[in-house]
Amino acid sequence: MSRAITALGLVKTFGRTRALDGLDLTVETGEVHGFLGPNGAGKTTTIRVLLGLLRADAGEVVMLAGDPWNGAVELHRRLAYVPGEVTLWPTLSGGEVIDLFGRLRGDLDRRRRDELLERFELDPTKKARTYSKGNRQKVGLVTALVSDAELLILDEPTSGLDPLMEAVFQDCIREVKAEGRTVLLSSHILAEVESLCDRVSIIRAGRTEQSGTLDELRHLTRTSIIAETERSAERLADLPGVHSLEIDGTHVRFDVDTAHLDVAVQRLGELGVRSLISHPPTLEELFLRHYGDQLAREHDWVKSDREARPSSAR
Amino acid sequence: MTELTGTAELTRFIVRRDRIRILVWVFAVAGLVALTVVGIKGLYPTQADLDQAAAASQGNAAAIVFNGPAQSLNTVGGEVAFQAGAMGMVVVALMSLLMIGRLTRGEEEAGRLELLRSLPVGSCAPIASASFTVAAMNVAVGVATTLAMLAQHLPAAGSLTLGTSFMLLGLVFGGVALLAAQITENVRVVYGVAGVVLGAAFVVRAVGDIGDGTVSWFSPIGWAQKARPFAGQRWWPFLLLVVATTVLVATASVLAGRRDLGEGLIAPRPGRSCAAPSLGRPIGLAVRLQRGSLTGWSVGVLVAGVGYGSIAPSIDTFVGRNKALADMLARAGGASLTDSYLATSFRTLALIGTGFAIQSALRLRSEETSMRAEAVLATPVSRWRWATSHLTVAFAGSVVLLALAGLAVGLSYGVVGGDLSVVPHLVGDALVYAPAMWLLVGFTVALVGLAPRGAVASWAILTVCLVVGLLGPALGVPRWLQRLSPFERTAQLPAAHLTYMPFMVLIAVAAALTLAGLTGLRRRDIR
Repeated sequence: MSRAITALGLVKTFGRTRALDGLDLTVETGEVHGFLGPNGAGKTTTIRVLLGLLRADAGEVVMLAGDPWNGAVELHRRLAYVPGEVTLWPTLSGGEVIDLFGRLRGDLDRRRRDELLERFELDPTKKARTYSKGNRQKVGLVTALVSDAELLILDEPTSGLDPLMEAVFQDCIREVKAEGRTVLLSSHILAEVESLCDRVSIIRAGRTEQSGTLDELRHLTRTSIIAETERSAERLADLPGVHSLEIDGTHVRFDVDTAHLDVAVQRLGELGVRSLISHPPTLEELFLRHYGDQLAREHDWVKSDREARPSSAR
Repeated sequence: MTELTGTAELTRFIVRRDRIRILVWVFAVAGLVALTVVGIKGLYPTQADLDQAAAASQGNAAAIVFNGPAQSLNTVGGEVAFQAGAMGMVVVALMSLLMIGRLTRGEEEAGRLELLRSLPVGSCAPIASASFTVAAMNVAVGVATTLAMLAQHLPAAGSLTLGTSFMLLGLVFGGVALLAAQITENVRVVYGVAGVVLGAAFVVRAVGDIGDGTVSWFSPIGWAQKARPFAGQRWWPFLLLVVATTVLVATASVLAGRRDLGEGLIAPRPGRSCAAPSLGRPIGLAVRLQRGSLTGWSVGVLVAGVGYGSIAPSIDTFVGRNKALADMLARAGGASLTDSYLATSFRTLALIGTGFAIQSALRLRSEETSMRAEAVLATPVSRWRWATSHLTVAFAGSVVLLALAGLAVGLSYGVVGGDLSVVPHLVGDALVYAPAMWLLVGFTVALVGLAPRGAVASWAILTVCLVVGLLGPALGVPRWLQRLSPFERTAQLPAAHLTYMPFMVLIAVAAALTLAGLTGLRRRDIR
């Protein structure tokens, strides 16, 4: 099985702004790939290059074994796209827009269309201008999900959706995945990415910072541990990979590099553990880690937030 | 008074944001009036010329339908009120209703009003600031037009009366739009409703003016004209306009206070649940998106065409021994004055129709900047196919407008003159302008494809063609500059013979520009 998306060393400049600065992105066929990055990192620009709407100044792009710039029409027969900001023609109804896009792709399945309208609780007779942002987003999602395209490219598709609709969306994506289709999901909702994606790429300032499975990425970061021990845990301080150790009598809390977790837990066991809470790194922490200059400040914020409600960090 | 908190700040904000728009409107109306005075003084230099023009207009129903009651037409002021009065009032009414619609319901629909209302801004402040701004624009129009007439030594009382009637009529239609904006949720419907009221006011007034004038009392435009500028002015009809404005604004304010943000009194009609079979290909989408605009331009061309055509049989009487008018028409050449007049009419109608053609071609750009093109181009629709679908509407729509222009002129000329056999000929004569219109479409496409940020410059080219075509000789534009306009290059039928060479050259240039633009569009980024 070939790769669905291969992008290597993408560079794109707009005037003096370097939007993409050697970005790499690979998406295997059949996987749901999370595409993460702060605002302005270049996610939408990358997606437009992948669609053949923009031409990269340098770098190599292969989409479904074709060139998106020269073979856009052929490529677009096989993919469906939801833009980050779904803008619709104000005088057309939602139903008309969905039918139009279905027919432009040439594969409108009316039964599936009606089923999706029902699942997303979307009224197709309303004129596009009267839709709220969430409803416009639903129109965009239905136009993509109704197709049987082998690749879905979704640019922050759930912004503006309520939690119920978010759940419907996640179900739909799992169905798409079960059918062996590929999804590139750009998103800010990290819980969504964590629950849907096989692999993620984190980009920043037009470059790829990290790419891999969630487990692989977790391995690169730290686990937080809160424990109560019979004896004081001062001996932990000289262990490699242990950070921000705080000891208060028999209570101890520290972060440990995932690579050194094993040794730390062994040492803890020797001290006589009475209670233990271990907290794997969230995607949020992974994400914040890659902000670099913002890291220190925001990581502190996440930590203090977690300490404020330890019961949720299990 | 907390409802009005923030009105002053909002007004300042509107004036700052729309300063260019406001200035263009005010100066356009003042310029229209000023140029009409210049034109009338030039065309009718002697009292004998004025007497003859008055005699010709007095008995001409078509002229009265389009202009208003014949009041003191043997004076310069009377002619100005006749020729610029009704048209100026329509322009001022359009100014008011477009501005009010845009500033009230337009802002509300776009969601920007919601943001403002979340600030410490009173509930009536947005509507009050919009009303103040538009009222001030109308006062400015009144002052500017009065000054424009005074500066050219027209009688003071008449100038003030005509200026005041522009101002008051603008206020009435600002009130109409303000009321409409409370009733419907959609700004386009606001424009539609207020536009229909304006059209009705014009028609009622026209019907009244052909008769004994009684019916005109049911139209606000009629009230303004009953003030008789330059014809023994009387002020009391203005009271009707003031009362109407007050009632409209008061009603709108009450309704505004009762409804929720974003709501109208009438719920919008639902659209279709499924798309019609035609809406499944790019061309179907292009037609669907542009049919409303094409219909609007068609109505405009039809109305103007009927106006031109119905005057054609009596053009000899109109022009008479007036050398200036005859010279202007003679530019088209031709064996008879009527042929020259018809040729001039077709050129004017073609220039008007080109407004649609350019708007239609610029749709490519507006679809792109609104990011709707992105969604379509992410489907298996090539850029070429997407662009040509919109351009098909632009090219074919140009032909439709010309055919309608020929039909309207031909039928009204035929009916009034009693000979309908001229119709097919005149339709053909109008169609000769298609290549000139296509050339401007091609120019627009070239800009969209190669210099997208400068695409609106195509409007500037049309403006140059309009000025050269309509005022060229009067302004003393050099002949070579006039000859640059594709509309001057076109054979002026029926006054001249059809020559194929310029015809073919225009088509070739239009095709080359279109191809260059499409090629550029395929090669550049879509953003």
